[in-house]
Amino acid sequence: MSIEVNGTSYATDENGYLLNLGEWTEDVAKKLAEVEEIDMTEEHWNLVNFLRGYYEEYQIAPAVKILTKAIANEKGMDKKDASEFLYKLFPKGPALQACKVAGLPKPTGCV
Amino acid sequence: MAKKIVVLGGGTGGTIISNNLRRHLPKDWEITVIDRDDRHIYQPGMLFVPFGIQKSNTLVRSRKKYILPDVNFVIDEITHIDPDKKEVKTKNHKFSYDFLVISTGCKIVPEENDGLMDAWGKNAFSFYTIEAAEMLQKKLKEFVGGKLVMNIAELPFKCPVAPIEFVFLADWYFKNRGIRNKTEIELVTPLPGAFTKPKASAVFIESAKSKNIKITTGFELNAVNGKEKYIESVKGDKVSFDTLVIVPSTIGDKVISDSGMDDGIGYVPTHHNTLKALKYDSIYVIGDATNVPTSKAGSVAHYEADVVVFNIMSEIHGVKPEEIYDGHSTCFIVYSKGTSSLIDFNYKIEPLHGMFPAPKFGPFSLLKETKMNWYGKLGFEWLYWNVLLAGRHLGAPPTLVMAGKEVG
Repeated sequence: MSIEVNGTSYATDENGYLLNLGEWTEDVAKKLAEVEEIDMTEEHWNLVNFLRGYYEEYQIAPAVKILTKAIANEKGMDKKDASEFLYKLFPKGPALQACKVAGLPKPTGCV
Repeated sequence: MAKKIVVLGGGTGGTIISNNLRRHLPKDWEITVIDRDDRHIYQPGMLFVPFGIQKSNTLVRSRKKYILPDVNFVIDEITHIDPDKKEVKTKNHKFSYDFLVISTGCKIVPEENDGLMDAWGKNAFSFYTIEAAEMLQKKLKEFVGGKLVMNIAELPFKCPVAPIEFVFLADWYFKNRGIRNKTEIELVTPLPGAFTKPKASAVFIESAKSKNIKITTGFELNAVNGKEKYIESVKGDKVSFDTLVIVPSTIGDKVISDSGMDDGIGYVPTHHNTLKALKYDSIYVIGDATNVPTSKAGSVAHYEADVVVFNIMSEIHGVKPEEIYDGHSTCFIVYSKGTSSLIDFNYKIEPLHGMFPAPKFGPFSLLKETKMNWYGKLGFEWLYWNVLLAGRHLGAPPTLVMAGKEVG
């Protein structure tokens, strides 16, 4: 499978995750978000960039709890509000949608 | 001067690796294992306690007894790791090391889940500690019918097949007691399926259907309300229960985060294939303490120990660590007292049908409920205490073997 952005084709896996992390650009992210029916705002970009930074550092997508903690710290929210905030941005869940837009491989979780 | 290896934690991984290293290294290498107590728990047995299949007093043995006599075993609280000075501090001592192995595991933290502690022991239970499993056993004994919900609070959690086994065993248990028709069973999970690997997930969902067990997926727990008897998701969905069995939030050991070495939730960022700590030299990580994307389970710690021994031996001989580990994990999935399934997989290859460990002959069947698998599960406890912990080789590689598996 693949997606088309500005006349270039980018390979994805069968679930629509970008196969090559290095091919990610903001335009690719916009296209991936479009497929997920997500309107990218600054908050979305912040989260996507956090995910990419984390992945680069640790070579794995962060657990949802790590995302919630990071948001709670940055925004001065409590855990509950942070996690609601996260799901408002990416309704199908950060693991499924945010990672996809960030160009990370499909999180395998702990299983 | 003597060379030193310090192992943090004397559980499954720490015990196996200490014994294995002791067999490989000459006497001028000193090996020290540190743990806070002398209670080695056979963790797979905790799932059986609530159903009266195994007594909790059979689960605990001395750690020291299973660690070779020429390995130092120290009971002390580990308080700090200093990778720059290559030093570990405990409450009462300091230990310098040439190589450090972190096998500090993980633990449940029910106090991190909103509302859970108010319901704990009343209508919310768990089986991830011996005490919790004992409480749940009493509760199930008194159970006369109603709705039993098994919930996983969040990822990552320990032994990802345990909740599936729990609902299957509950089905068996309530049938046995003649109250299955008065009992609803529901598994509520944050995963997109019963399991993240699609083939196994489909098999488990099929089994659950035939047992009339409901599975609700994609449920990220927000809060437990014990008084009004429901759990609520981040999205606001509610699932009601009479009795809740939960895998609470799980984190790595405090000493990892206190030492500033963790990924944010207590696990050490670890190279997926060499098992070396990503940011530190001379430190390896095994078992539940790593952040590698495979199961937090004993089989994983066992396979990883083999790889880490190889890599430490390589480094001692001036060779770079090799990228050997593939995420290999092997788990029994108990369906009832008397039948079990079995899965064998790694980072890339999902659980497949086939025979294990020998192609054609097995004797164990993969992704299939059989009696023979149950005998394997029973026999495994003996194997664990007598063969695996000793760090002896079973003649199989630590990585996944494709022979015997049905591809496609």
